[in-house]
Amino acid sequence: MSVGLVIVSHSTQLAAGVVELAEQMAPDVVLIPAGGMDDGGIGTSLEKVMSALGEADTGAGAVVLTDLGSAVMTAEAALEFMGSPELVRLADAPLVEGAVAAAVAAQSGASLEVVLKAAETALAAPAISAVPAPAAAEGPASSAAVADTAVTAVLRLINPMGLHARPAGALAGALGAMDVDIEINGVDGQSVMMLMTLGAAQGTELNVSATGPDAQRAVELVRTQVEAGFGEI
Amino acid sequence: MKPTLDTAWAVQWLRLAAKVIAENRMALIELDRVIGDGDHGENMDRGFSAVLTKLDAEPPATPGAAFKLVAMTLMSKVGGAAGPLYGTAFLRAASAVGDAAELDSNTLAAALAAARDGVVARGKASVGEKTMIDAWTPAVDAASAAAASGATPAALLAAAATAAEAGSVSTDPLIARKGRASYLGERAIGHRDPGSVSSALILRAAAQAAGEGA
Repeated sequence: MSVGLVIVSHSTQLAAGVVELAEQMAPDVVLIPAGGMDDGGIGTSLEKVMSALGEADTGAGAVVLTDLGSAVMTAEAALEFMGSPELVRLADAPLVEGAVAAAVAAQSGASLEVVLKAAETALAAPAISAVPAPAAAEGPASSAAVADTAVTAVLRLINPMGLHARPAGALAGALGAMDVDIEINGVDGQSVMMLMTLGAAQGTELNVSATGPDAQRAVELVRTQVEAGFGEI
Repeated sequence: MKPTLDTAWAVQWLRLAAKVIAENRMALIELDRVIGDGDHGENMDRGFSAVLTKLDAEPPATPGAAFKLVAMTLMSKVGGAAGPLYGTAFLRAASAVGDAAELDSNTLAAALAAARDGVVARGKASVGEKTMIDAWTPAVDAASAAAASGATPAALLAAAATAAEAGSVSTDPLIARKGRASYLGERAIGHRDPGSVSSALILRAAAQAAGEGA
């Protein structure tokens, strides 16, 4: 049972499209579009939003993402109409990036508040310097590494499609559940959006650098996934 | 003059509101075309037409139920910002009157204030920003004053409608700070805010349904 998402948009097609995109990375998450008016015209409908909320919350709660101005008002009004349900949160987030980040977090089994935060920080700048990860030795560093010694690896993408949306989502989701600070080519490995911005194609080298209690495990997970071609070869 | 208004008044108000919105559909479209996106008249007309259908299908048992019906319908059918704004106004009014069968002047004044507060909470606009709040706030002030002076509900509503109409006119020289019109800057000056006009029309319909201000 994971947190569900409701996508509120003025356009039926836009809401359905955002759901389609997020589904790629979160096959087990309930994603409900609430786009357009009842007759399919441009606008937002209270009834559609309320009915979507009913479907999206399967017990773990639901996060609502909206597009423009009055979609926010309709979503707020729907919550007011429903007596401010305890397990529903309205995300102040960009629709596409927020939905994808929230879906990935929900897929990893994150709690309502964590899914909300994933949506709301989808565009946050990565906490990194511009300096690339230090030239890494092949393979993880000494297993006796202390907390602030980075565990590193250099891995080459072998699957034809590279680090595209689905594997980016899978990696970020799995890494997000670990106690680790991990950078892949200088971006936050726990952020699906940042991994996708790498545009890493087949043959690209990934410089992986991790610190924290789960650093070893996190780097091994990335290695296993990359070497298996994310199950696509 | 009756000291209270009942469900029949509420239903008659909504029917008159639907009629006057339909009559002013083109005028509202024209006002909104100049400083907005031109859909206010059509959206409001569609919303209130749906209200008429709902009133026939599920006649409300109390004024509060009538307000809730209109809130739900406008929020589902209007589409633009007016849907959630008017919807919230009627929803808060419904909460304010509860399941009372008869509304006295004090209750009506409280309901109008609750409706205005709902619009403010949802739209985050204040007086002087060229929005429907410029009609609602003077209407609420006039209603409170009328209630305090012991006016009948009908007189209270007539005073509120007159104040809303003056408030609507007062938006002409303003620069818009909220909504689509805010992108126009000084070019919005000299044009009346369509939301304030529809608000005044709806409040005048309330007074007419009560038998005053026709």
